[in-house]
Amino acid sequence: MSLAVDNLRVYYRTLHGDCRALDGVTFTIADGEIMGLAGESGCGKSTLGKSLIRLDARMRHVEGTAQLDGTTLPIDDTKAMNAFRYREVSIIPQYAMSALNPIRKIGRMISELLGSRGVSYEDTLPELHRRLGLVGLDESVLDLYPIELSGGMKQRVVMVLSTLLDPSLLIADEITSALDVSTQKAVAEMLVEFRDRQFVKSMIVITHDLSILYQIADTILVMYAGKLVEKGSAADVTEDPKHPYTRLLIASLPEVGVRFDEQRLKGIAGRPPSLIDPPTGCRFRDRCPLAIEKCAEEPPFVEVAPGRFAACWRAGD
Amino acid sequence: MLKLDDVTKVFKTGTFGGQEITAVSGVTFGIEPGEVVSLIGESGSGKTTVGRMILRLTGVTGGTITFDGRDVAALGGRELHGYYSRVQGVFQDPFSSYNPVFKADRVLEMVRSNYLRGLSRAEWKTKLQTSLETVGLEPADVLGKYPHQLSGGQLQRVLISRALLLDIKILVADEIISMLDASTRIDVLNLLGDLKERGLGILFVTHDLSLGNYISDRTVILRRGLIVEMGRTEKVFGNPVHPYTKMLLASVPQMHTKWAAEAEPAGDLGHEDAADVSSAGDGALVEVERDHFARSQHNGNEGE
Repeated sequence: MSLAVDNLRVYYRTLHGDCRALDGVTFTIADGEIMGLAGESGCGKSTLGKSLIRLDARMRHVEGTAQLDGTTLPIDDTKAMNAFRYREVSIIPQYAMSALNPIRKIGRMISELLGSRGVSYEDTLPELHRRLGLVGLDESVLDLYPIELSGGMKQRVVMVLSTLLDPSLLIADEITSALDVSTQKAVAEMLVEFRDRQFVKSMIVITHDLSILYQIADTILVMYAGKLVEKGSAADVTEDPKHPYTRLLIASLPEVGVRFDEQRLKGIAGRPPSLIDPPTGCRFRDRCPLAIEKCAEEPPFVEVAPGRFAACWRAGD
Repeated sequence: MLKLDDVTKVFKTGTFGGQEITAVSGVTFGIEPGEVVSLIGESGSGKTTVGRMILRLTGVTGGTITFDGRDVAALGGRELHGYYSRVQGVFQDPFSSYNPVFKADRVLEMVRSNYLRGLSRAEWKTKLQTSLETVGLEPADVLGKYPHQLSGGQLQRVLISRALLLDIKILVADEIISMLDASTRIDVLNLLGDLKERGLGILFVTHDLSLGNYISDRTVILRRGLIVEMGRTEKVFGNPVHPYTKMLLASVPQMHTKWAAEAEPAGDLGHEDAADVSSAGDGALVEVERDHFARSQHNGNEGE
């Protein structure tokens, strides 16, 4: 077991009270697993990713633990977490492309980053060159400034540098969203290659785009309003979703070949509840066509079929 | 109705404007009433520039854009005012289209003060009501609210309803749903379909092929300012001819089919290589079948 997260709760403090962005999530990721984390904006998927490396000090860790390879991560302690960052857990944050220091050449930036972890740049250089070659970049990019690279090239530089120390867990937050379709495909396939070459042991790929996950992920975890909705193998979740939310979400995605004139798709009426004072019971209840009285009680996130987890009273129906 | 004829846009760049970038080059197509035309392209293809030129937010360098036979660039004063009451745009980011200090319905009031002064209070109210209902909004849900109290989908609909307050003939919709969530974006897309059925001509600018395919009657594929392929949507998507179109289609992540394993080196890995593909294809647009044009590739064909 690579990663085991248990009952994790992370809130943000706001003027109106706590925003329960992540409200009790429990799941595991196996060695070598690429887990896709999907959901709409505001469902807590980025918060989950960031909380595992404690990227954001505004987060209030309320309860819950995360174990990586048997070691408990100090996810409530910004300082202690430093020993794990980059070496054990690495994150490619959203908009990583614009996070490159504009006034440093790529090589110098990587050298400073490695230096901060006490690793020699010169010793790492051959491996760095090899990995740049792997993603189709020439080693001359090390002498370039970020502005001289295209969006896709920057994204690949960020991928190489964030996995340079072979972390156990890589969290990739919306790394394909800002890219063109052709570049998106190349970057997504590189994630799989990095796992296959064991640069990283396991991966959480956060995105709002389920179709990308179907292409590259082993498993998909769907979130809604700070809670887990469903987890299963990528094929199972896309072909036979158990939770009504996943089902409606997938049904609303147009695919190449589906035309308005022939087949009119439907969205999900309503909007997600406020996380400052969320309703009790199932949080999808108000928008759910299958809701019954029992849904006023919170459904547990349990195994509903072998390898399939869902939080819905009616998942077995 | 709206026609672009050999439209070209050149931007000057560099410190003293010494360098030139051709953002749009020789683009020719038209939009008829009751038709959705998708303009599909990757970043830097010039798709947004085309939309901006139609809305006269930027001038054309060469060629003409005509609306009902009149050159749009020549319009001024009263005529331009008239043009804008026929042609309107909605843009990508609904959140930045509003001033957060004011209530969201201010954008609607501004239409009244600029274009509909003659209306009585009661008439205005009815008009407002109808146009909000057309876009599927409950007036009470949005009127008097601040932008932060509304969702992205609601804000985007208010902007569409603003365009509908005027008796518009053409709507330029530039990436209007790319910032919306999956569960709500399809509703906005369906709304465009409904408006089309009421006779509106829509230019749907997008980078997302599956969305373009879903909603549009005709498709124009733009690459580095050049049209590489265009025609009836089912023909362009069903029988793509240009290698660039084929590459784009092969790269779209599908829900139920995996990417082909033998995939050619996609992405801007091959941006330079891909350039060869296009430079080989700088020939003329030729009709491959009825209502389906693709740029010829003289180099490639000679080899065969």
